[in-house]
Amino acid sequence: MAAALHRLAGALLVAALLPAAAPAQDAGAPMPLALSEVAPGVHVHTGQVDDWQPGNGGDIANLGLIVGSRCAAVIDSGGTPELGRRWRAAIERATRVPVCFVILTHAHPDHVLGSDAFTGPDTRFVASAKFNAALAARAPYFLNALARDFGVKAAPDAIVYSSIAVDGTRELDLGERVLVLQAWPTAHTDNDLTVYDRRSRTLFASDLLFAQHLPVVDGNLRGWLRVMPQLAAIDAARVVPGHGPVSPDWPGALQPQQAYLEALLRETRAALKARKTLAEAVDSVGSAAASGWQLVERFHRRNVTAAFAELEWED
Amino acid sequence: MNHNPTRRRITAAGAALLASPLWVAPRGARAEIKSGDNPDGSAIWQKVRASFFENRPIVNVGDDVLVLDAPGRAEDAAVVPIAMRSRLPQTAANHVTKLTLVIDNNPSPISAIFAFTPHSGRADIETRVRVDEYSFVRAIAETSDGRLLMRARFVKASGGCSAPPGKDPQAALASLGKIRLRVDGDVVLNQATLAQLMISHPNDSGLAMDQLTRQFTPRRYVRTVNVAYDGQPVLSADLDFSISENPNLRFYFLPRAPGRLTADVVDSNQVAWKSSLDVAPTA
Repeated sequence: MAAALHRLAGALLVAALLPAAAPAQDAGAPMPLALSEVAPGVHVHTGQVDDWQPGNGGDIANLGLIVGSRCAAVIDSGGTPELGRRWRAAIERATRVPVCFVILTHAHPDHVLGSDAFTGPDTRFVASAKFNAALAARAPYFLNALARDFGVKAAPDAIVYSSIAVDGTRELDLGERVLVLQAWPTAHTDNDLTVYDRRSRTLFASDLLFAQHLPVVDGNLRGWLRVMPQLAAIDAARVVPGHGPVSPDWPGALQPQQAYLEALLRETRAALKARKTLAEAVDSVGSAAASGWQLVERFHRRNVTAAFAELEWED
Repeated sequence: MNHNPTRRRITAAGAALLASPLWVAPRGARAEIKSGDNPDGSAIWQKVRASFFENRPIVNVGDDVLVLDAPGRAEDAAVVPIAMRSRLPQTAANHVTKLTLVIDNNPSPISAIFAFTPHSGRADIETRVRVDEYSFVRAIAETSDGRLLMRARFVKASGGCSAPPGKDPQAALASLGKIRLRVDGDVVLNQATLAQLMISHPNDSGLAMDQLTRQFTPRRYVRTVNVAYDGQPVLSADLDFSISENPNLRFYFLPRAPGRLTADVVDSNQVAWKSSLDVAPTA
């Protein structure tokens, strides 16, 4: 009897402590994603360096939160609807101001499939002017991959399009904090957008910069190499890549990516000059340049494919 | 043997389908399959087979007869290299008349029908396709004596951020209609000679909806390619939007004298392009 009472008291004590220890942990509430504050008011969730797949819950892209005095901007929404809910839970813990902008850096699943968690009358979705067309063309495949690989049956509503289109540059005012958004010519994709926070001089390069994770060409290899020197000219104190760790080494953080993309260009051109076919080039263009990167087996052959299809039209 | 019911059927269907795909899967018929265990059991294939080849026997053959080169995994779902290569003689008496490429789980599974003649030298074609989903890819050869021979391979779809639509539709449209016809190396008289045709074209499936207008983008893709050498047909292709952006064909022709290689390309908007190349074979 005494022992039972003791257990009961223990259970009550735990119940009393729980809400304070983990306020979001009531039944079914999403577990907040881990966040780190890289500069005052600038938070980053660092995704895993991995492919978009169920083993990591789709948690591979870096996500950003920038807080102004009036409202906050979210940079990318996460790789699945569930991840979007966890990302939102983390944001609600980090700030009390409302989210007025969700900035989507390009139409790839690991960056945009959490958007449904952020829809609401006071939140605007912002992206490159080419984003909606790119997302519309890919949405059925993203939803299919979610169902096939993740076992997640998402409604078409899970795909959220932008209502503010950026062509060139655009400023967003969060209250005592202005963000500069820039849409780029075709590089990693045809709808890449970067975000620069003037106050902290933090550049969210998104997938125009890969660190550790092998860069992936889904736009235009030569275009990407042309964009990189312009990126390098941005006066940043730190850079948040789309994948891989945040770095204070700017523009030095671009260097490994530049070396890989230049080697890919050089070697694919050589394969074309030797009159190799696409299949032969994919088997032969050396991955020596890819050594030191992660996910080479997953993405290098694909990069050769994209580079070949692009470069064969060069004169 | 009853000759070529398939040819008759395709010709009739082809006339009706000038601006529509070769064959579209019924809605909801696309299967979510992950394994390549039973090529003959694929439900889509059963439908395609019934509508295109009726009850004619189709024999599964080996590499000694028909080669199908396809990667096990589509590295880039928008650009998957595929080759179909007949190993049978290509003579007037006995040759492959047709190679049909089927991708079971694409929205339009019959991706291409290539017709050959003895002037082709070889029934051998290499191109690039979009692969939407884990799918069997099939090459079906039809011979001049009416046999149907098949090879099938299972191709895993690419995951992650790879998708069949083009990478930069705006750029593709800007260079629409550029065309290149090329023969590499020395051309030798009476030897099957490799040629390449490149067509700059978005080859748009029209499956994406414009978010502003809620209208589907108009479908526009390369519909037919006819290549002749010295006026004799060497390759006739009925193509579909399963073919990648910037369609690319590698094929053979048999030069029996100096002559001109010509390519005529027509897209689904009935816009036509031409290219030609003078060939001087050495003995």
